[in-house]
Amino acid sequence: MIFIEQNLSVGQQDTLAGTVAQPIAAEHKGDVFSEMIKELHNGQEWTFGPFGSLHLPYIFYDADGFHYYANTEVLEQSHEYVLKEEKPVHASDGLPPKLDLSISRNVAILWLVGAVLLVMFTLTAKKYRSSLIPKGFTNLLETLVVFVRDEIVVPTSGEVGRMLMPFFLTLFFFILLSNLLGLIPFGHTVTGDVSVTAGLALIAFILIQIIHIRKNGVGGYLNHLTGGVHWLMWPIMIPVEILGLFTKPFALCIRLFANMTAGHVVILSLIGLIFFFKSIFVAPLSIGFALFIDVLELLVAFIQAYIFTMLTSLFIGMGLPHEHAHASH
Amino acid sequence: MNPQALAHLAAGLGAGLGVIGAGLGIGKLAASALEAEGRQPEAASQIQTTMIIAAALIEGIALFAEVICFLLQTK
Repeated sequence: MIFIEQNLSVGQQDTLAGTVAQPIAAEHKGDVFSEMIKELHNGQEWTFGPFGSLHLPYIFYDADGFHYYANTEVLEQSHEYVLKEEKPVHASDGLPPKLDLSISRNVAILWLVGAVLLVMFTLTAKKYRSSLIPKGFTNLLETLVVFVRDEIVVPTSGEVGRMLMPFFLTLFFFILLSNLLGLIPFGHTVTGDVSVTAGLALIAFILIQIIHIRKNGVGGYLNHLTGGVHWLMWPIMIPVEILGLFTKPFALCIRLFANMTAGHVVILSLIGLIFFFKSIFVAPLSIGFALFIDVLELLVAFIQAYIFTMLTSLFIGMGLPHEHAHASH
Repeated sequence: MNPQALAHLAAGLGAGLGVIGAGLGIGKLAASALEAEGRQPEAASQIQTTMIIAAALIEGIALFAEVICFLLQTK
């Protein structure tokens, strides 16, 4: 992948039509890749290709209260804020606003995912009032839920996991739905944004600590940090264990984010090769590879949801008190 | 040399080297998984599950390198 520095001005269209039409007129070779990767970045518009775009509002909380701008044009006209490198800053001193609560594209899609999950599961749960035998879509959801319970949660964290099933189910289906939404046209993967995966990892981290402290007591929790070695080794052991506390959720975050983003970048780069070579004969090869990678992305979507949930459950289960005595972790 | 060019070169090299490690690791993993499955076909599903988990973990590490290379190439 060749990313050559580009000199795009701010006012260029960022719709997909613009992306496609751009490289035909581009002077610099390799512009097409950067332009396409820009589609993955978070923005204030949700573009539906050539069919238009949904402009999302800017909401700031500043020293003088809330500001609301319906879209980018209104922001520009207000003369209070300007866009510097796509980020809103004060027109006066170039500093960003104190609290940027804008509804960006990823926020809108996050809400969409939450709404879809809510509707899907409440409607499915109602079906169980008439009969306990599921049919159709209910059957599919029940298969997945039982899979999460019997294959992911209970083997790794036992009865505590069973108590935490709502959390694990939410986690699994949220990640799965977000990953799958990125594969349909005009959808974007919110889990391809490091903020979202960092939020998930933060929630997992806090939950792991809370469950460990509740089940082991504060003394037992600190005892786990020493790892059961002789007390002379504690100065070495405790920093390592504390570091281990943080690296595990960090790895969860990065693994999910990088898997999702890498897949999309590969697909976009393969398609972009057609425009890079400006020849139609690259197309069959390029589309063939991109199709293969797309199917692989589907598998990766499921696997990443499975891995995230399983590792969270594993981390919770690893710190729980065991029945049998053990020397060290 | 142009520092931008150096950054891009470093990004490419880093990504390639990281992927070598992941490829070797997952290859070894797949080899031992297949061998184990050949020895004891009854344990096939268990082996398959463990293989997928280990592959995702190894890929996670390779993707650490990828993320750093992404950051590098934007410089």
